[in-house]
Amino acid sequence: MNWTAIRAIYAFEMARFFRTIAQSLISPVLSTSLYFVVFGAAIGSRIDQVEGVSYGAFIVPGLIMLTVMTQGISNASFGIYFPKFIGTIYELLSAPVSFLEIVMGYVGAAATKAMFIGIIILITSFFFVDLDIQNPLAMIAFLLLTCVSFALFGFIIGIWASNFEQLQLVPLLVVTPLVFLGGSFYSISMLPPVWQAISMFNPVVYLISGFRWAFFGVEDVPIATSLFAIALFTSLCLGAVWWIFKTGWRIRQ
Amino acid sequence: MATILSIQNLRKAYASGFEALKGVNLDIEEGEIIALLGPNGAGKTTLISTVCGITMPTSGTVTVAGFDILNNYRQARSLIGLVPQEIALEPFEKVINTVRFSRGLFGKGRKDSAVEDILKRLSLWDKRDNQIRELSGGMKRRVLIAKALAHEPRVLFLDEPTAGVDVELRKDMWGIVEQLRADGVTTILTTHYIEEAEAIADRVGVISKGEILLVEDKDTLMARMGKKQLDVQLTTQLDAVPDVLATYDLILGDGGWTLIYSYDVNAERTGITKLLTDVQASGLQLRDVVTRQSSLEDIFVSLVHQPEETG
Repeated sequence: MNWTAIRAIYAFEMARFFRTIAQSLISPVLSTSLYFVVFGAAIGSRIDQVEGVSYGAFIVPGLIMLTVMTQGISNASFGIYFPKFIGTIYELLSAPVSFLEIVMGYVGAAATKAMFIGIIILITSFFFVDLDIQNPLAMIAFLLLTCVSFALFGFIIGIWASNFEQLQLVPLLVVTPLVFLGGSFYSISMLPPVWQAISMFNPVVYLISGFRWAFFGVEDVPIATSLFAIALFTSLCLGAVWWIFKTGWRIRQ
Repeated sequence: MATILSIQNLRKAYASGFEALKGVNLDIEEGEIIALLGPNGAGKTTLISTVCGITMPTSGTVTVAGFDILNNYRQARSLIGLVPQEIALEPFEKVINTVRFSRGLFGKGRKDSAVEDILKRLSLWDKRDNQIRELSGGMKRRVLIAKALAHEPRVLFLDEPTAGVDVELRKDMWGIVEQLRADGVTTILTTHYIEEAEAIADRVGVISKGEILLVEDKDTLMARMGKKQLDVQLTTQLDAVPDVLATYDLILGDGGWTLIYSYDVNAERTGITKLLTDVQASGLQLRDVVTRQSSLEDIFVSLVHQPEETG
Protein backbone atom coordinates (compact mmCIF):
# COMPACT_ATOMS: atom_id res chain seq x y z
CA MET A 1 0.00 0.00 0.00
CA ASN A 2 1.42 3.34 -1.11
CA TRP A 3 0.54 5.40 1.97
CA THR A 4 2.68 8.32 0.82
CA ALA A 5 0.53 8.64 -2.30
CA ILE A 6 -2.72 8.36 -0.35
CA ARG A 7 -1.52 11.08 1.99
CA ALA A 8 -0.48 13.25 -0.98
CA ILE A 9 -3.92 12.98 -2.60
CA TYR A 10 -5.66 13.54 0.72
CA ALA A 11 -3.57 16.60 1.58
CA PHE A 12 -3.99 18.07 -1.91
CA GLU A 13 -7.77 17.68 -1.73
CA MET A 14 -7.94 19.09 1.78
CA ALA A 15 -5.89 22.08 0.61
CA ARG A 16 -8.66 22.86 -1.87
CA PHE A 17 -11.11 22.85 1.03
CA PHE A 18 -8.99 25.14 3.18
CA ARG A 19 -8.37 27.54 0.30
CA THR A 20 -12.09 28.23 0.30
CA ILE A 21 -12.63 27.67 4.00
CA ALA A 22 -14.89 30.72 4.34
CA GLN A 23 -17.41 29.64 1.74
CA SER A 24 -17.01 26.03 2.82
CA LEU A 25 -18.22 26.93 6.29
CA ILE A 26 -20.38 30.01 5.91
CA SER A 27 -22.85 28.47 3.52
CA PRO A 28 -23.74 25.39 5.63
CA VAL A 29 -23.88 27.48 8.81
CA LEU A 30 -26.10 30.04 7.13
CA SER A 31 -28.43 27.51 5.55
CA THR A 32 -28.71 25.56 8.79
CA SER A 33 -29.58 28.73 10.67
CA LEU A 34 -32.25 29.46 8.08
CA TYR A 35 -33.72 26.00 8.51
CA PHE A 36 -33.87 26.54 12.26
CA VAL A 37 -35.56 29.89 11.84
CA VAL A 38 -38.09 28.65 9.29
CA PHE A 39 -38.77 25.10 10.44
CA GLY A 40 -37.75 25.34 14.05
CA ALA A 41 -39.07 28.72 15.08
CA ALA A 42 -41.79 29.63 12.56
CA ILE A 43 -43.37 26.26 11.81
CA GLY A 44 -42.04 24.41 14.84
CA SER A 45 -43.82 26.77 17.20
CA ARG A 46 -47.10 25.30 15.90
CA ILE A 47 -45.94 21.72 16.31
CA ASP A 48 -45.67 20.62 19.90
CA GLN A 49 -43.51 17.61 19.91
CA VAL A 50 -42.64 14.75 17.61
CA GLU A 51 -42.24 11.44 19.38
CA GLY A 52 -41.50 13.19 22.61
CA VAL A 53 -38.87 15.48 21.20
CA SER A 54 -39.33 19.19 20.59
CA TYR A 55 -39.66 19.87 16.86
CA GLY A 56 -36.62 22.13 16.74
CA ALA A 57 -34.41 19.41 18.19
CA PHE A 58 -36.16 16.70 16.16
CA ILE A 59 -35.00 18.17 12.84
CA VAL A 60 -31.32 18.44 13.89
CA PRO A 61 -30.29 14.89 12.85
CA GLY A 62 -32.17 15.23 9.55
CA LEU A 63 -30.53 18.58 8.84
CA ILE A 64 -27.09 17.20 9.54
CA MET A 65 -27.78 14.17 7.37
CA LEU A 66 -29.14 16.34 4.55
CA THR A 67 -25.98 18.43 4.50
CA VAL A 68 -23.55 15.60 5.07
CA MET A 69 -24.99 13.52 2.25
CA THR A 70 -25.03 16.33 -0.28
CA GLN A 71 -21.57 17.54 0.81
CA GLY A 72 -20.10 14.04 0.69
CA ILE A 73 -21.43 13.52 -2.81
CA SER A 74 -20.51 16.92 -4.18
CA ASN A 75 -17.01 16.95 -2.66
CA ALA A 76 -16.07 13.52 -3.91
CA SER A 77 -17.73 13.85 -7.31
CA PHE A 78 -16.12 17.22 -7.92
CA GLY A 79 -12.80 16.00 -6.52
CA ILE A 80 -12.42 13.28 -9.14
CA TYR A 81 -14.34 15.00 -11.94
CA PHE A 82 -12.22 18.17 -11.84
CA PRO A 83 -8.94 16.37 -12.74
CA LYS A 84 -10.82 14.68 -15.58
CA PHE A 85 -12.15 18.05 -16.73
CA ILE A 86 -8.86 19.98 -16.59
CA GLY A 87 -6.76 17.02 -17.72
CA THR A 88 -4.62 16.50 -14.62
CA ILE A 89 -6.01 12.96 -14.37
CA TYR A 90 -3.04 11.92 -16.53
CA GLU A 91 -0.85 12.20 -13.49
CA LEU A 92 -3.04 9.96 -11.33
CA LEU A 93 -3.19 7.35 -14.06
CA SER A 94 0.56 7.37 -14.65
CA ALA A 95 1.42 7.27 -10.94
CA PRO A 96 2.44 4.06 -9.18
CA VAL A 97 -0.83 3.94 -7.28
CA SER A 98 -3.63 1.42 -7.30
CA PHE A 99 -7.21 2.44 -7.86
CA LEU A 100 -7.91 1.58 -4.23
CA GLU A 101 -5.34 4.15 -3.15
CA ILE A 102 -6.86 6.78 -5.42
CA VAL A 103 -10.28 6.03 -3.93
CA MET A 104 -8.92 6.19 -0.38
CA GLY A 105 -7.32 9.56 -1.01
CA TYR A 106 -10.31 11.20 -2.68
CA VAL A 107 -13.08 9.57 -0.69
CA GLY A 108 -11.15 10.05 2.55
CA ALA A 109 -10.79 13.77 1.89
CA ALA A 110 -14.39 14.18 0.76
CA ALA A 111 -15.68 12.29 3.81
CA THR A 112 -13.48 14.38 6.10
CA LYS A 113 -14.88 17.61 4.68
CA ALA A 114 -18.46 16.34 5.00
CA MET A 115 -17.79 15.21 8.58
CA PHE A 116 -16.26 18.58 9.37
CA ILE A 117 -19.31 20.41 8.08
CA GLY A 118 -21.64 17.98 9.86
CA ILE A 119 -19.96 18.77 13.15
CA ILE A 120 -20.12 22.51 12.44
CA ILE A 121 -23.87 22.19 11.91
CA LEU A 122 -24.22 20.21 15.11
CA ILE A 123 -22.38 22.97 16.97
CA THR A 124 -24.55 25.62 15.29
CA SER A 125 -27.70 23.80 16.35
CA PHE A 126 -26.70 24.07 20.01
CA PHE A 127 -27.30 27.81 19.63
CA PHE A 128 -30.91 27.23 18.61
CA VAL A 129 -32.17 24.21 20.51
CA ASP A 130 -31.51 22.16 23.61
CA LEU A 131 -29.88 18.96 22.56
CA ASP A 132 -29.16 15.95 24.67
CA ILE A 133 -27.37 13.29 22.65
CA GLN A 134 -28.11 9.88 24.11
CA ASN A 135 -25.58 7.77 22.19
CA PRO A 136 -22.69 10.06 21.22
CA LEU A 137 -20.52 7.18 20.01
CA ALA A 138 -23.27 5.72 17.86
CA MET A 139 -23.98 9.21 16.58
CA ILE A 140 -20.35 9.70 15.52
CA ALA A 141 -20.22 6.22 14.00
CA PHE A 142 -23.40 6.83 11.96
CA LEU A 143 -22.12 10.19 10.85
CA LEU A 144 -18.80 8.72 9.78
CA LEU A 145 -20.38 5.82 7.90
CA THR A 146 -22.74 8.15 6.12
CA CYS A 147 -19.91 10.51 5.15
CA VAL A 148 -17.82 7.66 3.77
CA SER A 149 -20.61 5.89 1.93
CA PHE A 150 -21.95 9.05 0.30
CA ALA A 151 -18.45 10.16 -0.60
CA LEU A 152 -18.02 6.78 -2.28
CA PHE A 153 -21.29 7.32 -4.10
CA GLY A 154 -20.10 10.78 -5.13
CA PHE A 155 -16.83 9.36 -6.38
CA ILE A 156 -18.75 7.00 -8.65
CA ILE A 157 -20.83 9.90 -9.97
CA GLY A 158 -17.65 11.89 -10.61
CA ILE A 159 -16.14 9.02 -12.59
CA TRP A 160 -19.38 8.55 -14.53
CA ALA A 161 -20.06 12.20 -15.32
CA SER A 162 -18.75 13.48 -18.61
CA ASN A 163 -19.93 17.07 -18.13
CA PHE A 164 -20.97 19.44 -15.37
CA GLU A 165 -24.69 18.89 -15.98
CA GLN A 166 -24.33 15.18 -15.30
CA LEU A 167 -22.30 15.99 -12.23
CA GLN A 168 -25.27 17.93 -10.83
CA LEU A 169 -27.94 15.60 -12.14
CA VAL A 170 -27.85 12.79 -9.59
CA PRO A 171 -27.52 15.02 -6.50
CA LEU A 172 -30.36 17.25 -7.70
CA LEU A 173 -32.77 14.74 -9.15
CA VAL A 174 -32.17 11.76 -6.92
CA VAL A 175 -30.47 12.59 -3.67
CA THR A 176 -32.24 15.80 -2.67
CA PRO A 177 -35.75 14.33 -3.12
CA LEU A 178 -34.77 11.15 -1.31
CA VAL A 179 -33.37 13.12 1.59
CA PHE A 180 -36.39 15.42 1.83
CA LEU A 181 -38.75 12.46 1.58
CA GLY A 182 -36.59 10.45 3.96
CA GLY A 183 -37.97 12.01 7.10
CA SER A 184 -35.46 14.82 7.55
CA PHE A 185 -38.13 17.15 8.87
CA TYR A 186 -40.79 14.73 10.03
CA SER A 187 -41.33 11.29 11.41
CA ILE A 188 -42.39 8.64 8.93
CA SER A 189 -45.18 7.75 11.35
CA MET A 190 -46.76 11.15 10.59
CA LEU A 191 -47.44 10.03 6.99
CA PRO A 192 -50.58 8.26 5.72
CA PRO A 193 -50.09 4.44 5.63
CA VAL A 194 -49.61 4.33 1.83
CA TRP A 195 -46.78 6.84 1.96
CA GLN A 196 -45.29 5.08 4.93
CA ALA A 197 -45.11 1.90 2.85
CA ILE A 198 -43.59 3.75 -0.10
CA SER A 199 -41.06 5.41 2.19
CA MET A 200 -39.71 2.03 3.16
CA PHE A 201 -38.16 1.84 -0.32
CA ASN A 202 -36.22 5.03 0.35
CA PRO A 203 -32.78 4.10 1.69
CA VAL A 204 -32.34 7.50 3.28
CA VAL A 205 -35.19 6.77 5.70
CA TYR A 206 -33.05 4.12 7.37
CA LEU A 207 -30.05 6.39 7.67
CA ILE A 208 -31.94 9.29 9.17
CA SER A 209 -33.88 7.00 11.47
CA GLY A 210 -30.70 5.40 12.76
CA PHE A 211 -29.00 8.73 13.19
CA ARG A 212 -32.02 10.13 15.03
CA TRP A 213 -32.04 7.06 17.27
CA ALA A 214 -28.45 7.90 18.29
CA PHE A 215 -29.65 11.37 19.30
CA PHE A 216 -32.99 10.72 20.98
CA GLY A 217 -33.46 6.97 21.22
CA VAL A 218 -36.50 7.23 18.95
CA GLU A 219 -36.66 5.50 15.60
CA ASP A 220 -38.88 5.07 12.56
CA VAL A 221 -37.38 1.68 11.79
CA PRO A 222 -35.46 -0.66 14.11
CA ILE A 223 -31.84 0.36 14.58
CA ALA A 224 -30.62 -3.03 13.32
CA THR A 225 -32.46 -2.41 10.05
CA SER A 226 -30.81 0.99 9.81
CA LEU A 227 -27.39 -0.53 10.29
CA PHE A 228 -28.14 -3.17 7.72
CA ALA A 229 -29.31 -0.51 5.25
CA ILE A 230 -26.17 1.60 5.56
CA ALA A 231 -23.98 -1.49 5.35
CA LEU A 232 -25.82 -2.53 2.19
CA PHE A 233 -25.47 0.90 0.62
CA THR A 234 -21.76 1.04 1.46
CA SER A 235 -21.27 -2.46 0.02
CA LEU A 236 -23.06 -1.52 -3.19
CA CYS A 237 -20.83 1.53 -3.60
CA LEU A 238 -17.73 -0.51 -2.85
CA GLY A 239 -18.85 -3.10 -5.39
CA ALA A 240 -19.36 -0.41 -8.03
CA VAL A 241 -15.94 1.09 -7.27
CA TRP A 242 -14.36 -2.36 -7.51
CA TRP A 243 -16.02 -2.89 -10.88
CA ILE A 244 -14.76 0.49 -12.12
CA PHE A 245 -11.31 -0.51 -10.95
CA LYS A 246 -11.52 -3.84 -12.78
CA THR A 247 -12.74 -2.46 -16.06
CA GLY A 248 -11.12 0.97 -16.08
CA TRP A 249 -14.58 2.29 -16.97
CA ARG A 250 -14.55 5.94 -18.06
CA ILE A 251 -11.00 6.50 -16.83
CA ARG A 252 -8.55 4.23 -18.58
CA GLN A 253 -9.18 3.34 -22.20
CA MET B 1 24.64 0.46 -22.46
CA ALA B 2 21.74 -1.34 -20.83
CA THR B 3 18.26 -1.23 -22.25
CA ILE B 4 16.03 0.74 -19.90
CA LEU B 5 12.81 0.62 -21.87
CA SER B 6 11.78 -2.29 -24.01
CA ILE B 7 8.62 -2.25 -26.11
CA GLN B 8 7.73 -5.54 -27.77
CA ASN B 9 5.05 -5.92 -30.39
CA LEU B 10 2.84 -3.31 -28.76
CA ARG B 11 -0.63 -3.00 -30.18
CA LYS B 12 -3.40 -0.64 -29.23
CA ALA B 13 -6.86 -0.71 -30.72
CA TYR B 14 -9.46 1.68 -29.32
CA ALA B 15 -13.05 0.68 -28.70
CA SER B 16 -14.00 2.44 -31.93
CA GLY B 17 -11.86 -0.13 -33.76
CA PHE B 18 -9.19 2.39 -34.63
CA GLU B 19 -5.78 0.78 -34.44
CA ALA B 20 -3.44 3.44 -33.08
CA LEU B 21 -0.43 1.18 -32.63
CA LYS B 22 0.22 -1.75 -34.97
CA GLY B 23 2.92 -3.82 -33.36
CA VAL B 24 5.54 -1.36 -32.18
CA ASN B 25 9.00 -2.66 -31.26
CA LEU B 26 11.46 -0.29 -29.67
CA ASP B 27 14.40 -0.65 -27.32
CA ILE B 28 15.71 2.42 -25.60
CA GLU B 29 19.15 2.57 -24.04
CA GLU B 30 19.76 4.08 -20.66
CA GLY B 31 20.91 7.67 -20.82
CA GLU B 32 20.05 8.39 -24.43
CA ILE B 33 17.82 11.03 -25.91
CA ILE B 34 15.53 9.66 -28.54
CA ALA B 35 13.19 11.75 -30.64
CA LEU B 36 10.04 10.24 -32.11
CA LEU B 37 9.04 12.11 -35.19
CA GLY B 38 5.73 11.71 -36.82
CA PRO B 39 2.81 13.58 -38.31
CA ASN B 40 -0.37 14.28 -36.35
CA GLY B 41 -2.25 11.09 -35.57
CA ALA B 42 0.80 8.90 -36.13
CA GLY B 43 0.42 7.26 -32.71
CA LYS B 44 3.12 9.16 -30.80
CA THR B 45 0.91 10.16 -27.91
CA THR B 46 -0.81 6.76 -27.79
CA LEU B 47 2.60 5.12 -27.55
CA ILE B 48 3.59 7.34 -24.64
CA SER B 49 0.20 7.01 -22.94
CA THR B 50 0.37 3.24 -23.12
CA VAL B 51 3.87 3.02 -21.71
CA CYS B 52 2.92 5.41 -18.90
CA GLY B 53 -0.28 3.58 -17.93
CA ILE B 54 -2.86 6.09 -19.15
CA THR B 55 -4.22 3.72 -21.76
CA MET B 56 -4.20 -0.06 -21.63
CA PRO B 57 -2.32 -1.99 -24.31
CA THR B 58 -4.35 -4.37 -26.46
CA SER B 59 -1.41 -6.74 -26.69
CA GLY B 60 2.35 -6.76 -26.44
CA THR B 61 4.71 -6.13 -23.55
CA VAL B 62 6.54 -3.13 -22.21
CA THR B 63 9.21 -3.29 -19.53
CA VAL B 64 10.97 -0.46 -17.74
CA ALA B 65 14.31 -1.49 -16.25
CA GLY B 66 12.98 -5.05 -16.43
CA PHE B 67 9.66 -4.27 -14.71
CA ASP B 68 6.55 -5.09 -16.69
CA ILE B 69 4.22 -2.09 -16.93
CA LEU B 70 1.18 -4.22 -16.08
CA ASN B 71 2.41 -6.86 -13.64
CA ASN B 72 4.96 -4.64 -11.89
CA TYR B 73 3.29 -1.33 -12.54
CA ARG B 74 4.40 0.21 -9.26
CA GLN B 75 8.11 -0.30 -9.89
CA ALA B 76 7.77 0.50 -13.59
CA ARG B 77 5.79 3.72 -13.16
CA SER B 78 7.90 5.06 -10.32
CA LEU B 79 10.82 5.12 -12.77
CA ILE B 80 8.91 7.18 -15.32
CA GLY B 81 8.14 10.88 -15.50
CA LEU B 82 5.65 12.22 -18.02
CA VAL B 83 5.28 15.71 -19.41
CA PRO B 84 2.00 15.75 -21.33
CA GLN B 85 1.34 17.60 -24.52
CA GLU B 86 -1.49 19.75 -23.21
CA ILE B 87 -0.99 22.03 -20.25
CA ALA B 88 -3.02 20.41 -17.47
CA LEU B 89 -2.55 21.96 -14.05
CA GLU B 90 -4.68 22.78 -11.03
CA PRO B 91 -5.11 26.52 -11.61
CA PHE B 92 -5.60 27.67 -8.03
CA GLU B 93 -2.79 25.72 -6.42
CA LYS B 94 0.66 27.11 -5.71
CA VAL B 95 3.56 25.97 -7.86
CA ILE B 96 5.49 24.42 -4.99
CA ASN B 97 2.46 22.52 -3.69
CA THR B 98 1.69 20.89 -7.02
CA VAL B 99 5.30 19.78 -7.33
CA ARG B 100 5.24 18.40 -3.78
CA PHE B 101 1.98 16.64 -4.60
CA SER B 102 3.55 14.95 -7.62
CA ARG B 103 6.48 13.76 -5.54
CA GLY B 104 4.17 12.29 -2.92
CA LEU B 105 1.85 10.75 -5.49
CA PHE B 106 4.79 8.84 -6.90
CA GLY B 107 5.54 7.49 -3.47
CA LYS B 108 8.51 9.63 -2.51
CA GLY B 109 8.57 11.16 0.93
CA ARG B 110 8.60 14.90 1.35
CA LYS B 111 12.06 16.30 0.71
CA ASP B 112 12.14 20.06 0.41
CA SER B 113 15.74 20.20 -0.80
CA ALA B 114 14.91 17.99 -3.81
CA VAL B 115 11.88 20.11 -4.71
CA GLU B 116 13.90 23.29 -4.29
CA ASP B 117 16.63 21.92 -6.56
CA ILE B 118 14.13 21.07 -9.31
CA LEU B 119 12.38 24.42 -9.08
CA LYS B 120 15.68 26.27 -9.25
CA ARG B 121 16.85 24.31 -12.25
CA LEU B 122 13.66 25.17 -14.07
CA SER B 123 13.85 28.85 -13.03
CA LEU B 124 10.64 28.46 -11.06
CA TRP B 125 11.99 29.08 -7.58
CA ASP B 126 10.95 32.76 -7.62
CA LYS B 127 7.45 31.73 -8.65
CA ARG B 128 7.07 28.95 -6.12
CA ASP B 129 4.35 30.69 -4.14
CA ASN B 130 2.42 31.91 -7.18
CA GLN B 131 -0.85 30.31 -8.10
CA ILE B 132 -0.49 28.44 -11.36
CA ARG B 133 -3.14 30.51 -13.11
CA GLU B 134 -0.89 33.56 -12.68
CA LEU B 135 1.91 32.04 -14.76
CA SER B 136 2.63 32.48 -18.44
CA GLY B 137 2.24 29.57 -20.84
CA GLY B 138 5.98 28.95 -20.89
CA MET B 139 6.16 28.93 -17.11
CA LYS B 140 3.29 26.47 -16.94
CA ARG B 141 5.21 24.15 -19.22
CA ARG B 142 8.13 24.38 -16.84
CA VAL B 143 5.82 23.46 -13.96
CA LEU B 144 4.75 20.37 -15.92
CA ILE B 145 8.40 19.40 -16.28
CA ALA B 146 9.07 20.09 -12.60
CA LYS B 147 6.14 17.83 -11.67
CA ALA B 148 7.42 15.09 -13.94
CA LEU B 149 10.87 15.32 -12.36
CA ALA B 150 9.65 15.63 -8.78
CA HIS B 151 10.09 11.94 -8.00
CA GLU B 152 13.52 11.76 -9.66
CA PRO B 153 12.57 9.44 -12.53
CA ARG B 154 15.10 7.61 -14.67
CA VAL B 155 13.04 7.86 -17.82
CA LEU B 156 11.38 11.06 -18.92
CA PHE B 157 8.72 11.32 -21.59
CA LEU B 158 8.26 14.71 -23.18
CA ASP B 159 5.21 14.78 -25.40
CA GLU B 160 5.80 17.66 -27.78
CA PRO B 161 7.47 19.82 -25.16
CA THR B 162 7.97 22.77 -27.43
CA ALA B 163 4.69 22.89 -29.32
CA GLY B 164 3.60 26.51 -29.38
CA VAL B 165 6.62 27.66 -27.42
CA ASP B 166 8.73 30.62 -28.50
CA VAL B 167 12.27 30.18 -29.79
CA GLU B 168 13.98 31.29 -26.61
CA LEU B 169 12.03 28.94 -24.40
CA ARG B 170 12.56 26.14 -26.88
CA LYS B 171 16.31 26.61 -26.56
CA ASP B 172 15.88 26.61 -22.77
CA MET B 173 14.01 23.33 -22.96
CA TRP B 174 16.79 21.81 -25.01
CA GLY B 175 19.21 23.00 -22.35
CA ILE B 176 17.13 21.31 -19.67
CA VAL B 177 17.12 18.05 -21.60
CA GLU B 178 20.91 18.27 -22.02
CA GLN B 179 21.26 18.79 -18.29
CA LEU B 180 19.08 15.76 -17.59
CA ARG B 181 21.25 13.68 -19.85
CA ALA B 182 24.22 14.67 -17.72
CA ASP B 183 22.33 13.24 -14.74
CA GLY B 184 21.78 10.01 -16.61
CA VAL B 185 18.07 10.51 -17.29
CA THR B 186 16.83 8.81 -20.42
CA THR B 187 14.62 11.12 -22.44
CA ILE B 188 12.04 10.18 -25.02
CA LEU B 189 10.49 13.13 -26.77
CA THR B 190 7.96 13.40 -29.50
CA THR B 191 8.02 16.32 -31.80
CA HIS B 192 6.83 17.80 -35.03
CA TYR B 193 9.90 19.95 -35.24
CA ILE B 194 12.66 18.32 -37.17
CA GLU B 195 15.16 20.88 -35.97
CA GLU B 196 14.41 19.80 -32.43
CA ALA B 197 15.32 16.20 -33.18
CA GLU B 198 18.34 17.38 -35.11
CA ALA B 199 19.45 19.62 -32.27
CA ILE B 200 19.19 17.32 -29.26
CA ALA B 201 18.49 13.70 -30.09
CA ASP B 202 21.00 10.87 -30.18
CA ARG B 203 18.62 8.66 -32.08
CA VAL B 204 15.61 9.38 -34.18
CA GLY B 205 12.57 7.19 -34.63
CA VAL B 206 10.04 7.89 -37.33
CA ILE B 207 6.50 6.81 -36.58
CA SER B 208 3.60 6.93 -38.98
CA LYS B 209 0.16 5.34 -38.93
CA GLY B 210 0.92 3.36 -35.78
CA GLU B 211 4.14 1.85 -37.02
CA ILE B 212 7.76 2.66 -36.39
CA LEU B 213 9.22 3.10 -39.84
CA LEU B 214 12.77 3.43 -38.66
CA VAL B 215 14.93 4.04 -35.64
CA GLU B 216 18.46 5.07 -36.22
CA ASP B 217 21.36 6.97 -34.85
CA LYS B 218 20.78 10.53 -35.93
CA ASP B 219 24.15 11.03 -37.56
CA THR B 220 24.08 7.66 -39.30
CA LEU B 221 20.59 8.37 -40.48
CA MET B 222 21.52 11.68 -41.92
CA ALA B 223 24.63 10.28 -43.51
CA ARG B 224 22.85 7.22 -44.86
CA MET B 225 19.77 8.89 -46.09
CA GLY B 226 21.39 12.20 -46.81
CA LYS B 227 21.59 13.47 -50.31
CA LYS B 228 24.01 16.24 -50.99
CA GLN B 229 23.76 19.02 -53.46
CA LEU B 230 26.63 20.67 -55.21
CA ASP B 231 25.98 24.19 -56.44
CA VAL B 232 28.36 25.25 -59.15
CA GLN B 233 28.12 29.01 -59.39
CA LEU B 234 29.22 30.49 -62.67
CA THR B 235 30.60 33.79 -63.85
CA THR B 236 28.32 33.75 -66.88
CA GLN B 237 24.60 33.32 -67.09
CA LEU B 238 23.29 30.29 -69.00
CA ASP B 239 19.98 29.77 -70.84
CA ALA B 240 20.20 25.99 -70.66
CA VAL B 241 22.41 23.24 -69.34
CA PRO B 242 25.17 22.72 -71.95
CA ASP B 243 24.80 19.49 -73.95
CA VAL B 244 28.19 18.21 -72.87
CA LEU B 245 26.90 18.11 -69.26
CA ALA B 246 23.59 16.43 -70.09
CA THR B 247 24.52 13.11 -68.44
CA TYR B 248 24.69 14.69 -64.95
CA ASP B 249 20.96 15.53 -64.60
CA LEU B 250 21.86 19.08 -63.70
CA ILE B 251 19.29 21.69 -62.82
CA LEU B 252 19.81 25.25 -63.79
CA GLY B 253 19.23 27.47 -60.78
CA ASP B 254 19.57 31.05 -59.62
CA GLY B 255 18.32 32.41 -62.94
CA GLY B 256 20.98 30.59 -64.92
CA TRP B 257 23.94 31.48 -62.73
CA THR B 258 24.17 28.13 -60.95
CA LEU B 259 24.30 24.49 -61.98
CA ILE B 260 22.85 22.23 -59.28
CA TYR B 261 24.11 18.67 -59.02
CA SER B 262 22.59 16.09 -56.63
CA TYR B 263 24.64 13.15 -55.50
CA ASP B 264 24.68 10.41 -52.92
CA VAL B 265 27.33 10.92 -50.24
CA ASN B 266 27.64 7.20 -49.74
CA ALA B 267 28.06 6.24 -53.38
CA GLU B 268 31.46 4.86 -54.32
CA ARG B 269 31.81 7.51 -56.95
CA THR B 270 30.08 10.77 -56.36
CA GLY B 271 30.98 12.02 -59.83
CA ILE B 272 32.15 15.37 -58.51
CA THR B 273 35.65 15.22 -59.97
CA LYS B 274 34.38 14.22 -63.38
CA LEU B 275 31.67 16.88 -63.32
CA LEU B 276 34.07 19.63 -62.41
CA THR B 277 36.53 18.46 -65.07
CA ASP B 278 33.76 18.48 -67.67
CA VAL B 279 32.57 21.91 -66.54
CA GLN B 280 36.10 23.22 -66.98
CA ALA B 281 36.40 21.52 -70.37
CA SER B 282 33.17 23.17 -71.52
CA GLY B 283 34.90 26.49 -70.99
CA LEU B 284 32.71 27.73 -68.13
CA GLN B 285 34.35 29.83 -65.43
CA LEU B 286 33.57 28.95 -61.80
CA ARG B 287 32.77 31.68 -59.34
CA ASP B 288 32.15 29.43 -56.33
CA VAL B 289 31.32 25.86 -55.38
CA VAL B 290 28.96 25.13 -52.51
CA THR B 291 27.75 21.79 -51.10
CA ARG B 292 24.60 21.40 -49.06
CA GLN B 293 23.44 18.44 -46.94
CA SER B 294 19.74 17.64 -47.03
CA SER B 295 18.10 18.03 -43.63
CA LEU B 296 16.34 15.53 -41.46
CA GLU B 297 13.16 17.16 -42.62
CA ASP B 298 13.69 16.04 -46.21
CA ILE B 299 14.43 12.54 -44.97
CA PHE B 300 11.36 12.56 -42.78
CA VAL B 301 9.07 13.75 -45.52
CA SER B 302 10.39 11.18 -47.95
CA LEU B 303 9.94 8.39 -45.38
CA VAL B 304 6.44 9.30 -44.33
CA HIS B 305 5.22 9.79 -47.86
CA GLN B 306 6.88 6.75 -49.35
CA PRO B 307 4.21 4.19 -48.43
CA GLU B 308 1.52 6.35 -49.97
CA GLU B 309 3.41 6.69 -53.21
CA THR B 310 4.09 2.99 -53.54
CA GLY B 311 0.74 1.90 -52.18
